[in-house]
Amino acid sequence: MNITEFTILTALGSVAAGFIGALTGLGGGVVIVPLLTLVFGVDIRYAVGTSLIAVIATSSGAAAAYVKEGYTNMRIGMFLEIATVLGALFGAWLAVIIPTSAITVIFGVFLLYSAYVSRQRPIVPPAGLKPDPLAERLGMNGSYPEPEGPRNYNVHSVPAGFSLMWVAGIFSGLLGIGSGALKVLAMDRIMKIPFKVSTTTSNFMIGVTAAASAGIYLKNGYIDPGLTMPVMLGALIGSLLGVRVLFNTKPKILRIIFSIVIALLAVEMIIKGFSGKM
Amino acid sequence: MQRSDEQTEAIIGRLLRVGVIAAAVFVAFGGILYLFKYGRMIADYSIFRGEPSDLKSLSGILSDALALRRRGLIQLGLVLLIATPIARVVFSVFAFMRQRDLAYAMITLAVLSLLVYSLLGGQ
Repeated sequence: MNITEFTILTALGSVAAGFIGALTGLGGGVVIVPLLTLVFGVDIRYAVGTSLIAVIATSSGAAAAYVKEGYTNMRIGMFLEIATVLGALFGAWLAVIIPTSAITVIFGVFLLYSAYVSRQRPIVPPAGLKPDPLAERLGMNGSYPEPEGPRNYNVHSVPAGFSLMWVAGIFSGLLGIGSGALKVLAMDRIMKIPFKVSTTTSNFMIGVTAAASAGIYLKNGYIDPGLTMPVMLGALIGSLLGVRVLFNTKPKILRIIFSIVIALLAVEMIIKGFSGKM
Repeated sequence: MQRSDEQTEAIIGRLLRVGVIAAAVFVAFGGILYLFKYGRMIADYSIFRGEPSDLKSLSGILSDALALRRRGLIQLGLVLLIATPIARVVFSVFAFMRQRDLAYAMITLAVLSLLVYSLLGGQ
């Protein structure tokens, strides 16, 4: 395959990855890495570097739209970014030193987990829970717009959420993904932040988390301009289309198909990792 | 307080949009030139070789881009993209200081120093 054909095909694949990533809320990274490694035979180090760049593009593009809607809680985001950025630096450092077969297997396991999370329904936090005093002191409690007027919410279990965000950062730096699945777990389940606020705030944080490891990837030669160009542009276009569709549909069937596809990719990556073919 | 939060959000939204568009323009421009020159060569990314040293450092990328070298232009676009969320954090530091929210100004400054360390430190 020559470079022009390769560029067109990876660009088209990345449009699809960005579109699906935005619709399901999992981000494009979990699709881009298997696409590049399994379909296009790209070395996982290039794939991870490329995916991380695409993740910054899609999350910043979407965040620009979301911030204006008033769901994003910038205080929660800034505070938790300390954890995700520390994790991302550690994760990117790990990515450079551990064998690629191990990264492939870890990626497969993370994909299986993402497939499982994408089938879960968002939890509606019970009313009347006592807020975390730390959240109160840090001014994290907020409100978001609903058709019937602004709705207040309180933030819970800040230390536990912070710790899990550190882990999310490690996976982001190690695998070149946004770790949306883990971030939503920390913010929805543990900190009991309403779904719309946690999804948009998590997306808001992904760019900063990824920027932390991108510096390390760049210095280690993981970011190839020729390969990253079509993937970044494709994923950006796909995610902007996805965000537009998301406002109008409830992609339930798509989620089911997506989680099955992700699970199959996961199994293939685990097998390849163990057989040493990556 | 509420009002100035909304202003901050509007500015951050614009900042992110401008950053992403600028990055995409550089990447697309460099990409088109790249395809004209190398489009017929065989694509092979199956073996990791790492990038040449000029595409791994900020100064190398900048001088390549200024010399209008194709891969340097794309790489400059990618660096602009990485810089976009960092610029957002820089802006947040000032926004929190203007609101006299010292705790959050410090938190944001901590995040910023980690980001700067990752991008510039330990070459």
